[in-house]
Amino acid sequence: MNTRRKLLAGMGLGVAALGAAAWQRGSGLPPAVVRGSAGTQNFPNVTLYTHEGQAVKFYDDLIRGKVVTFNMMYAQCERSCPVSTANLRLVQKMLGERVGRDVFMYSISLQPEMDTPERLREYVARHHIEPGWLFLTGARADIDLVRYRLGFYDPDPLVDFNDANHTGMLRVGNDALDRWTMAPTLTEPEQIMSTINHVDMAMAHTAYPGPSLV
Amino acid sequence: MKSSLLATPTEQPGESVTAPLVSDAVEQPSRRNFLKGSAAVIAAPLLLRSGESVAAVAASPPTVPWQEFLPDVIGVLGAETLDPPPTETANVAGGEAGRPAHQRWSEFSATAEPYELHAAQRDNWVFSPSYPAQSVWTYQAKDPDLSILSPVVFAHYGHPVLCRIYNDLPANHVGFGTPEISTHLHNLHIGSESDGFPGDYYSVTKAGPTLTSPGGFKDHLYSNIYAGYDEMQNGIGDYREALGTLFYHNHTTDFTAPNIVRGLVGFYCLFDALDSGNERDPTPGALRLPSHPYDYPLGFADRRFDADGMLYYDQVNPDGVLGDKVLVNGKIEPVLRVARRKYRLRLLNEGPSRFYQFYLVRPNNVIQPFTYIANDGNLLERPLLNQTFVRLSVAERGDIVVDFSRYPLGTELYVVNRLTHRLNEDTRRPYQVVAPGVRVLKIVVDREPPEQDLSQVPSVLRPLRPLPTTAQLAALPVRRFVFERRQNMWAINAQFVNVNVPRAQIPLGSMEIWELASIDDGWDHPIHIHFEEGRILSKTTDGRNVVIPAHERGRKDVFVVNGRTTIRVLLRFRDYKGKYVMHCHNLIHEDHAMMLRWDIV
Repeated sequence: MNTRRKLLAGMGLGVAALGAAAWQRGSGLPPAVVRGSAGTQNFPNVTLYTHEGQAVKFYDDLIRGKVVTFNMMYAQCERSCPVSTANLRLVQKMLGERVGRDVFMYSISLQPEMDTPERLREYVARHHIEPGWLFLTGARADIDLVRYRLGFYDPDPLVDFNDANHTGMLRVGNDALDRWTMAPTLTEPEQIMSTINHVDMAMAHTAYPGPSLV
Repeated sequence: MKSSLLATPTEQPGESVTAPLVSDAVEQPSRRNFLKGSAAVIAAPLLLRSGESVAAVAASPPTVPWQEFLPDVIGVLGAETLDPPPTETANVAGGEAGRPAHQRWSEFSATAEPYELHAAQRDNWVFSPSYPAQSVWTYQAKDPDLSILSPVVFAHYGHPVLCRIYNDLPANHVGFGTPEISTHLHNLHIGSESDGFPGDYYSVTKAGPTLTSPGGFKDHLYSNIYAGYDEMQNGIGDYREALGTLFYHNHTTDFTAPNIVRGLVGFYCLFDALDSGNERDPTPGALRLPSHPYDYPLGFADRRFDADGMLYYDQVNPDGVLGDKVLVNGKIEPVLRVARRKYRLRLLNEGPSRFYQFYLVRPNNVIQPFTYIANDGNLLERPLLNQTFVRLSVAERGDIVVDFSRYPLGTELYVVNRLTHRLNEDTRRPYQVVAPGVRVLKIVVDREPPEQDLSQVPSVLRPLRPLPTTAQLAALPVRRFVFERRQNMWAINAQFVNVNVPRAQIPLGSMEIWELASIDDGWDHPIHIHFEEGRILSKTTDGRNVVIPAHERGRKDVFVVNGRTTIRVLLRFRDYKGKYVMHCHNLIHEDHAMMLRWDIV
């Protein structure tokens, strides 16, 4: 097991470097044309507010050109959010230096009227969340628009309205590649990590190479 | 509170709406205001449906039908010498992805016939002359036939195949889909390292979590043995476990649906002494079913196209978008010209989500009967005569024999789908069978066969191994799997996918009963179990026993759970060890975590 881990780490570094270099050099082909109609995302540029009190533009400041993750939560959520947040906190630890630099984590409140920036700041402190992961609130209409555009909705409006069974999905994407997928927040952090690594071009090996933190 | 949802249909970038929450004196954070605020939200999804909305997707633009012709003869993959030669362990230095060693290498490598497939982007594929030629992804031969998408692989039990699958997809790809591949041959009985495990995706620059390193290709040792190889000790296995119609397709975690929508699907037909692929086979006992070129696979895929006629996929739609155009072998509303003789048609539902009930009809919609011979690739014990429809959920297969000699030259027939879904975009479950249905394929009887049709459909096809006795069944271990909605995704026993952790560890050689259960929370699920075929022992819906239809009494690998239903499936786990998966084969559900890993240990 030790040899395998070293081999993985060694290979990971070597191949990641190779992969990163190859990516920077490019494959010799021009970038494929981005077709606006082939399901590219239509993210609005509404203003949201971070737990640090900053006003940010949803697309320009949070997403443009980045590898990002989004999930929904609210401070009062007693059912799934505590475990989801704990899993994402482990993911943040696994990301290490990459979070806030190469990968940007965001959580959006489903109850923006209750979850003011101050309330979210308390939540961040209570859960020992490190920098690089922003909690967001805003006007109800803007939050809902953002939520729909991220695919966080149930087609049934009654189910959609019920916050108790809200989505546990982590939206994972690489905006530069217009590549979007998801991972469940209630699965083991290693699985979530490999989805994040899957869309991150700098990662040649999507397995989390270190020992499990669970 | 002004809501941008009720305003202009499209949000303009840079437009921000309403005053900031914290400075709005009226909006005190209070439970009542929260509820009041949410009232506007209840209305919003309904209103969204009328304008441009996140839920309703515009219909595909109209197409002129019956312009494209399917080839008279399907394209079959030929053997290729592999360079570098295949090795038991992954040839990482030579560019192979870091996979586990091939199991049973010493038994099968010496006689394995070498094949190669390339997952590649093909530009200028014509779905329909009404739409622009555009890019697709397909598996293709080294020197591909550009008139078809994926070639059909013909293989034989007892004759192993070493299939090298190259990943030539563009590394700089932008848009839906990801250029890493893992290829699953559904549902061959093979070692886990060749099964296309979802975590085994690879490209030159990236490796999935269960591989050790990236690579530009990966070798698959398709031993082509029947299950029961160790039990029978005859070098080939139990011939009652044969499959005939298989298909290979992308199975990359997180991106299975978009990659398959881009086109990564193909057929693999397996023959043996009984179903020999030679309708003039003189061997006693050979079935002599219609054979190539009168053995014709047809893959049906539901797709949506945007206003410009370009293939559309919504990467963030949590329910998926139902395709309103049905591709047949990659073409919309094509024509198949047939000779006046019997044909074996192998029907496959490629997904992502639609359910079909196909009928063969005359232009006046009168139903034409045919003979049903195989389900999920497994020949039935006896053919079902005078059948009128084939019902397929995603990944199910149905083989039928149609005798076109009944029709004079010039006869036109249609394959129609009569199974609706409730709404244009409702991927959840089928709704009603409604005549006359939607025409998806036109068949024209346009020539006499060059030789006399000597093919047959015998009254006995392939025997089934007898089921264990009631007492034996009662002693078997039972695993129960509940398939349900959870947190806006789908879960199995309340758990989501983790390719790193097996949710079941099964001793090699075991026999078990798996209960597949759903609780009618809104979706039908075609559940697929890798590795071995299963026998349905019973189906209970709403507490009452349901008669298993004749075409499902043989062996299957896709089981539809719908409503409040439990299906009990008898399974064995023989001959190979390693990691496999069970998952819903609605590709959207598969990608939204309705999958689990199980291991044979």
